[in-house]
Amino acid sequence: MEISTRDLWTVLHGMGFGALFMLAFSGALAELYRLSAPSAAAQVSEREQRLLKLYLVTMVALAWLTVLSGAYIVYPWYRAVPPAGATDLADYPRRLLLSSGKTSEWHNIGMEWKEHVAWLAPIAMTMVAYVTMKYGRAITRPRHMRVAVLGFAVAAFVATGVAGAFGAFLNKYAPVRGGSVIILMEGEP
Amino acid sequence: MSAPHDSTSADDSIPNGPGAAAILAAGIGCGALGILALAADASDAIGKALNIYTPTGTLSGVTTVAIVIWLGTWLALSRSWQGKSVAMAKVNAAAFALLIVGFLLTFPPFMDLLQGK
Repeated sequence: MEISTRDLWTVLHGMGFGALFMLAFSGALAELYRLSAPSAAAQVSEREQRLLKLYLVTMVALAWLTVLSGAYIVYPWYRAVPPAGATDLADYPRRLLLSSGKTSEWHNIGMEWKEHVAWLAPIAMTMVAYVTMKYGRAITRPRHMRVAVLGFAVAAFVATGVAGAFGAFLNKYAPVRGGSVIILMEGEP
Repeated sequence: MSAPHDSTSADDSIPNGPGAAAILAAGIGCGALGILALAADASDAIGKALNIYTPTGTLSGVTTVAIVIWLGTWLALSRSWQGKSVAMAKVNAAAFALLIVGFLLTFPPFMDLLQGK
């Protein structure tokens, strides 16, 4: 069982950071709604608030790790330019997708949207975490602030969903390959 | 965004200025990302100027400048609205409008529509 360094980074970017961030949304949205429901002020303990803050800070870290690893580690491999005359484009995912009309829109729409829209998520979640930490239970009183926090959290979820879904499809049609091989385990032939 | 007190939406004992600054700055950051993405797509000169890290290409400049705008705006608004309560309804409207701008202007078919492609 082996994996290349590029595969490993792609998995870390998509599954290690991105999917974990995505999975965390259900808990965050439920807790934010519970915290911000007008009747909830007396029901949320200090300990629960501390846990929510830790949870949100972890989400913010995951969001930034996802976009930074994507843009500065995986994306350069995706958009690598093949040498002149190259016919095997397997190691050049962008060029591979653009080489056929059947796959070119995966790049032109999928990657072009994913690479930008994903960055809305960490910006939005950083704000959500900051406002929640700053105001805590007091967020139940300013209604508009509550609306903004929940609205931006949902927007971050949507942006992450778009980026994650296109990322999964792109990795299916034109996976990032190459790099040195890491042998994880030897098996019987 | 002027800052008259909004007694209907803010608790009197808790100034909403710092929260409003974070919310509006996040909207501005998202809007800036969309506008920069469109500008880089529409203009080769802007695209080249935003290519600050060649392996990542234009995306490096688009996102870096958007983050600088977001954090710079947040810092400026935070200083300006520290200890104050502002009209959150207006802040929210602007922030959500800019968030929508961010979504729309990063969507390639909408970018193409605006450029008449």
